[in-house]
Amino acid sequence: MKDFKDFMTGWVYTDTVKDHFINPRNLWKKEEDFTPDGFGEVGSLACGDQMRVGITVEDDRIKEIRWLTYGCASAIASTSMMSELVKGMSLEEAYKITPEMITDRLGGLPEHKFHCSVLGDKALRAAIDNYYENKGLENPFKGTVAKVVCECRNVTDQQIEQLVKTGQVRTLEELTEKTGLGTGCGKCKAKALQMLEELKHIYNIT
Amino acid sequence: MQSVYMDNNATTAMAPEVKAALKEADRIFGNASSMHRYGREAAALVSHAREDLAALVGCRPSEVLFTSGATESNNTVFDIARHLITQGKGSRIVTTTIEHPAIIETARYLQSEGIHVDFCPVDSEGRVKIDELEKLVGDDVALVSVMMGNNESGAVQDTSSAVRIAHAHNALFHTDVTQAVGKLPIDFEKEGFDYMSLSGHKFHGPKGVGALIARKGAPLMPFLHGGHQENGLRPGTYNTQAIYGMGIAAKLAKKDLETEAARLWSLREMLRKGIEESIDDVVINGSQEHCLPGTLNVSFPRAEGESILLMLDMAGVAVSTGSACATGSLEPSYVLMATGMDVELAHGSIRFSLGRYNTQEDVRYVLRVLPPIIKKLREMSTR
Ligand SMILES: Cc1ncc(COP(=O)(O)O)c(C=O)c1O
Ligand code: FES
Repeated sequence: MKDFKDFMTGWVYTDTVKDHFINPRNLWKKEEDFTPDGFGEVGSLACGDQMRVGITVEDDRIKEIRWLTYGCASAIASTSMMSELVKGMSLEEAYKITPEMITDRLGGLPEHKFHCSVLGDKALRAAIDNYYENKGLENPFKGTVAKVVCECRNVTDQQIEQLVKTGQVRTLEELTEKTGLGTGCGKCKAKALQMLEELKHIYNIT
Repeated sequence: MQSVYMDNNATTAMAPEVKAALKEADRIFGNASSMHRYGREAAALVSHAREDLAALVGCRPSEVLFTSGATESNNTVFDIARHLITQGKGSRIVTTTIEHPAIIETARYLQSEGIHVDFCPVDSEGRVKIDELEKLVGDDVALVSVMMGNNESGAVQDTSSAVRIAHAHNALFHTDVTQAVGKLPIDFEKEGFDYMSLSGHKFHGPKGVGALIARKGAPLMPFLHGGHQENGLRPGTYNTQAIYGMGIAAKLAKKDLETEAARLWSLREMLRKGIEESIDDVVINGSQEHCLPGTLNVSFPRAEGESILLMLDMAGVAVSTGSACATGSLEPSYVLMATGMDVELAHGSIRFSLGRYNTQEDVRYVLRVLPPIIKKLREMSTR
């Protein structure tokens, strides 16, 4: 008889994801006395994903990182992986981390789970922003990366711009259909609509 | 590692009695429509099943139409309504917001074809608001469809009132009893239903087989076109073995319906109390008074459903969740959301559904492995 045990390896996630899910690294334990130099939080419980990141900085490098997340296995594993990845990195490198870099290191995620992996780097950037803010310093990297418009579905301004520019999206409905924007808490809709109108104007699309 | 299957609302294991009967009948391969002995043998299997199924749900054998399952049965009924509406017999369908996708999506499809469908809302316990239904149903309605037991919350609907409302306006009444079969007593004739849908695999029968029960005299048009099987109403060579297997499962379900329902409810209550005692801050979802005996839907604030499901899976326990993350969709369960539930609670919902082969030992095992999982996830949580 055929051995059906394959289903164990056929888990939707890779072994690396599973490992980070079960044994998350750099978790922010409540009993630990960790005072971050920078702190960031993104997402919302309503959207099913929320993430908090704290960092300490030494010589413009990330010395320690701690995180907490409310989310699915993908979200937990990718934050854990992200925390390993950026430890010791210069703030500049760390600021440019992308979800793809994290998922690659995880050995990939199922396509429909990709959107669950995209909060880690945003939370990290928020923490770095906060670090500069606390220091009263100008953030040298700000503006060099895409900004999230819809936190729940992780839709960025660059993504929206691309869709409008190429004529793929004209209305908020189309944008929602293409990206899922606005289908979580809905708080981003007004902002997205405004952006959409501006972009259509810029690219002369009616 | 122990392994505990608590996802019986998704599907059930075939009963050993069913397997044994199928084994016994496995030399029978004839086409049940053939006149020779091979055919007659196969036809006998189908006819046994028709009687056993009819006895379980309180209809006449001649009112049973074998289908590929509840999805097809539901589609057939809505297609009948569409026919009636195009013939000018009524102009509207009324169903509810918590039906299975086999109805919700069919209704949406009909809407896209220009047919007017209204969805009756539910209360915070997941039960269809009968007063709203009363307001929604008028003389222009061709079909009213209200499910009996909800697959996610377990909420049992007041189909007796619903059928009365439908009939008061001369509308036909359909109920999807897929989750209720074998768990609640069903009396098709006494209740006066016009149509009923069910699937074999939800009550320990085979998959890919089910039935549409249609009252004698209720309008019936074939959904598929072809041969003369089931009086031409459901053509296609009989899936003899599966039909026979479903019949055996029906017989089994009827034999100990009451004791089994009571047993499932006591296991469910043992699980509920155990969870409430060992884990703080949990929310039991759906009606407690009107609930399918084996279904327990619980939300664990500050822990996300897919994470809980996967950790339980690693501990050998199979359940399901209403979290968006688990389905790949972006929305959490529409059934739970329809009750007005907070989104976070829906994301953290777990459905335990018990069946014939679950034991107290299974419940004890779940109660052992679940609390540390919730604790671990809550320690990771932002809140
Ligand atoms: C209430 C209800 N209706 C219909 C169905 C569809 O059954 P099947 O997939 O066997 O066609 C299900 C199964 O999930 C169900 O729970
Ligand atoms: S930010 Fe929640 S839906 Fe866009």
